[in-house]
Amino acid sequence: MATTEEIRSDLAEIVNEVAGVPADDVQLDKSFTDDLDVDSLSMVEIIYAAEEKFGVSIPDEEAKNLKTVGDAVAYIERAAA
Amino acid sequence: MSRTPVVVTGLGATTPLGGDVESTWANMVAGKSGVRAIEADWAADLPARIAGQLVVDPAEVLDRVEARRLDRFAQLAIIAANQAWLDAGYGFGEDNPVDRERLATSIGTGIGGMHTLLGQWDIQKEKGGRRVSPLTVPMLMGNAAAAQVSIRLGAQAGAHTPISACATSNEAIAHGLDLIRLGRADVVVAGGSESVIHPLPINAFSQMQATSRRNDEPELASRPFDRDRDGFVLGEGAAIFVLETLEHAQARGAKIYGELAGAGTTSDAFDIVQPDPSGLSQGRAMKIALKEAELEPADIVHVNAHATSTPTGDPAEATSIRYALGDDTAAIVTATKSMTGHLLGGAGALESMATLLALYHRVVPPTINLDNPEPGLGIDIATTARDLPAGDLAGINNSFGFGGHNVAVAFTNQYATNRQV
Repeated sequence: MATTEEIRSDLAEIVNEVAGVPADDVQLDKSFTDDLDVDSLSMVEIIYAAEEKFGVSIPDEEAKNLKTVGDAVAYIERAAA
Repeated sequence: MSRTPVVVTGLGATTPLGGDVESTWANMVAGKSGVRAIEADWAADLPARIAGQLVVDPAEVLDRVEARRLDRFAQLAIIAANQAWLDAGYGFGEDNPVDRERLATSIGTGIGGMHTLLGQWDIQKEKGGRRVSPLTVPMLMGNAAAAQVSIRLGAQAGAHTPISACATSNEAIAHGLDLIRLGRADVVVAGGSESVIHPLPINAFSQMQATSRRNDEPELASRPFDRDRDGFVLGEGAAIFVLETLEHAQARGAKIYGELAGAGTTSDAFDIVQPDPSGLSQGRAMKIALKEAELEPADIVHVNAHATSTPTGDPAEATSIRYALGDDTAAIVTATKSMTGHLLGGAGALESMATLLALYHRVVPPTINLDNPEPGLGIDIATTARDLPAGDLAGINNSFGFGGHNVAVAFTNQYATNRQV
């Protein structure tokens, strides 16, 4: 079972790959749109890539509630449990 | 004279001969071939395994995140447009002084975002619909290059995408000329881009019997007007012009390469693939371009032929050149596809660039591989680099496309900066 930090770190790599945000900036308290400037289509790409990376399903209706990096990490932790 | 003089102030390109205009032009004048074997595994079993491939990988030029949001054809267009824009003496953002509402783009492609279309279909089949990129549509659409360049330059007088197969980017340049002469823009970023070196299009052209199978001698495969030609060689790349009114260019003291003097467009209404063998419709495009440019046939000292190295196309074009310019024309003809391969929607712009630079530098690049000219062509084809005389010069670039599209554009060395010193 991956730790919270491992999930955050892997997610940060995805955000960097998709949106070019420095991985170190992708911290739990950061908002994807307000702090990291991730646009809506990039967010969709990040969700899809996260599903593949972590082997979880993130339905669209859940994805829209993932405002911060911490929201996403917590969702992935629960879904993978 | 009522026509608004339109000049070329910037050029940009990434081609099988170089990653910029300077290297592309130098290698063209030197008669070098940009055609090479396709090394990818997928090519091994195809009938045609050669192509004019880029010298500089776009990944070396563009930001990684920017690049992954663009199909390769749009990447090449942006690279060439950025070069052209800087070459014209303009900058980006706050350093861009052009009135946004008087700035347009006109950038064509023959096919569009084929790598994205086919690549995402592969992903959907293999991994499921959930893995398809949400950027698929804005990446594959044919207008993506014109739109992406307009976004980067803030061009708000329209982002246009003419599509006419291999005549596309001459049509885009002609449309840019129209936009300026109709008073709809002062500056137009115009040209074309194509990138379809992918197993499906390569094979589909082979299935048409349209492409050369001289796989063992890639550099000898594209041989326009030669008796032993056996089809065209696919190429990829982009070429972009900055067009503006003479008044606009002179007001800012811009460097000027020459004048885009006129354009002519006709359609064969004959066959979806074969050119009208009479050459009349192609010739009429040249005649219209001359008329619009207020030039006489005898003024034309140089023609960059469409000449793709196909058995039927090249002789038809020789006929059309003689029809338009006269049997006694002294124009030096060249076919630079012998070196670059056929860039499809990028061909017109690249060869228009070659035409303009030939007038500017007063040297016509050679047609390589023309060892045994097809008999009876009746035109003077340069097989080595040939000098052009001093004084006023005018030239024509032809582009013809599947569907019977014929677009000729005429350039002169009027207003060229190097004539005023």
